[in-house]
Amino acid sequence: MDQTDHQSDDLTTRPFFGPKGSGGPGDKGLGPASWLFSTDHKRIGLLYLGLIGLMFIAALALGLILRLKLMTPGSTLLSPQEYNAMFTLHGVIMVFLVVIPSIPASFGNIFLPLHIGANDVSFPRLNNFSWWLYVTGMVLAITSIFTGSGAPDTGWTFYVPFSERTTTNVSLAVIAVFILGFSSILTGLNFITTVHRLRAPGMTWKKLPLFVWSLYATGWIQVLATPILGITALLIFAERVLHLGLFDAARGGDPLLYQHLFWIYSHPAVYIMILPAMGVISEIIPVFARKPIFGYNMIAFSSLAIAFAGSLVWAHHMFTSGMSDTAVLIFSFLTFVVAIPSAIKVFNWLSTLYQGSISLDPPLLYALGFIFMFSIGGLTGLVLGSAGTDIHVHDTYFVVAHFHYVIFGGTGLGMFAAMHFWFPKVFGRMYDHGRAAWAFWLVILGMNVLYFPMFIMGLQGMPRRYYDYLPQYGPMQMVSTWGSWLLAVGLGLMFWNLYRGSRYGPAATKNPWGGATLEWTLPTPLPHEAFEGDPSAPEPYDFKGVNPDG
Amino acid sequence: MTDKHEAQHEPLSYRFLALVWAGLMALTALTLGAAKVDLGFLNVVAALGIASAKASLVIFFFMHLKYENRLIKGMVLTAFVILAIAIALTFVDVGYRY
Repeated sequence: MDQTDHQSDDLTTRPFFGPKGSGGPGDKGLGPASWLFSTDHKRIGLLYLGLIGLMFIAALALGLILRLKLMTPGSTLLSPQEYNAMFTLHGVIMVFLVVIPSIPASFGNIFLPLHIGANDVSFPRLNNFSWWLYVTGMVLAITSIFTGSGAPDTGWTFYVPFSERTTTNVSLAVIAVFILGFSSILTGLNFITTVHRLRAPGMTWKKLPLFVWSLYATGWIQVLATPILGITALLIFAERVLHLGLFDAARGGDPLLYQHLFWIYSHPAVYIMILPAMGVISEIIPVFARKPIFGYNMIAFSSLAIAFAGSLVWAHHMFTSGMSDTAVLIFSFLTFVVAIPSAIKVFNWLSTLYQGSISLDPPLLYALGFIFMFSIGGLTGLVLGSAGTDIHVHDTYFVVAHFHYVIFGGTGLGMFAAMHFWFPKVFGRMYDHGRAAWAFWLVILGMNVLYFPMFIMGLQGMPRRYYDYLPQYGPMQMVSTWGSWLLAVGLGLMFWNLYRGSRYGPAATKNPWGGATLEWTLPTPLPHEAFEGDPSAPEPYDFKGVNPDG
Repeated sequence: MTDKHEAQHEPLSYRFLALVWAGLMALTALTLGAAKVDLGFLNVVAALGIASAKASLVIFFFMHLKYENRLIKGMVLTAFVILAIAIALTFVDVGYRY
């Protein structure tokens, strides 16, 4: 009995990334297998974070090369075929291997159970399996680059008829996407079940941190929409191998059917990308404004509303495709509807900041960067959602700019905000705040110099995905490339600062920011076992009596 | 939960499951037969109708939905309602094209 107590003491104090026991020979807490086959949600979260980071750097490098190629007109640096393959890979890796799993699979895995007072997710082994599915999908996606008759060159959307006919290695790439989809479904399923079944006594739905609400809404999209991506990827494979003619008009098929199927998943997928980031922002803003979140109910409700309404707007990607005018009208209307819950969130965040006691620490800087970038990205989304204006800017750089403002400026900055917010809790050390602020300003400046000229070029008619361009676009393309360098320097500084902090930073205290959610009541760094028994459920945004350490 | 769930109904007999299987085969034959007759737009309706009937047999008996509680039935129904919305919105395009 004494021994059990002693062991459980160890597990609730020893860092989760260290050995479980004394650390001597034979202790299984530290070897590679203890990580690769771990069922601990915190270790799985870190495994995801590591690979997602690696893939981000790879796809970022591709993006930088593309920008370098586009700096000047003419045939430079890459051949047209290499250029096509490279923007396809940039998109496929960023979308399927980085942004979709980004926050849910890493920080969601680590903090969702802790936020609701649970020691793990509902299905820990399934959680480990979903990471392995991610690894399998990643390996296949990378293999598709180097095998067969060349890297896929279709763009990340795999549009027919080109994806059926191109001789490049599309078949393997769509199988990779199919497998990655299953990884995403299993994570979503795990989160939904965990939120329903493992909440600590007293942790009612209205006491859930908003990060949990956002992951819950995301989980439903992952479970309901991702199977459609799976079947669509398989249909492309079947078309290429069996030549069924499903999407071939000459044989009674319908190419627009592919676009419908693809976007029925892929539009909700952008909410899989953005909702968890919105959850992170909802956690950070009240902590650094020292005020309860404004409109808790509406923020929670708007997550569900975005998940639902966002599933009904997919065909706004197809206004110029030749689909019926009735459909254009209906989908344009629905697109405006989905803007409402998004705006609810933004106004509630700003209202939370109003008259708050604001400390501009790095997590808040990134959160404010999110609001700024997401607002530009969101509002330009309405330009694209209006059927009339979309005709003008469809398939131009305007779309590229909008997408990067929302996804990189939104989800990306949300992810960086999460990294800076939860870093001390995960690693037990603190990074340099000054350097983090410098990195933030470089990143935000770089992003705007990189992407804002694309809005202008798009309005002037510069088509996306073109290898070459008319001389009139030269100056803007040049500026955009300079922006990519600024961004790269900022990101380099940010990653270096975090790495340095994790190795050499000063020891972090238990609650450096003064958060009121459950994870801040736990030791720093997080221990193997978070809770002994059931914790009492706090009010997540009541800061009375909760102060930053020191 | 599992015990309670299992206590609710006896395992289905092989005879009954074989009958369901035979029903599925018969409906497959019907699908093929219906495809050979030119019914115009109704061909699609017939094919989807028969496919829905087959899917129902699989879900209710092979997947035991008939013997599940209301929550599970509600969850499955929700998924199908969403599917129905997705199909309906797709037909807003297909049904009104020039």
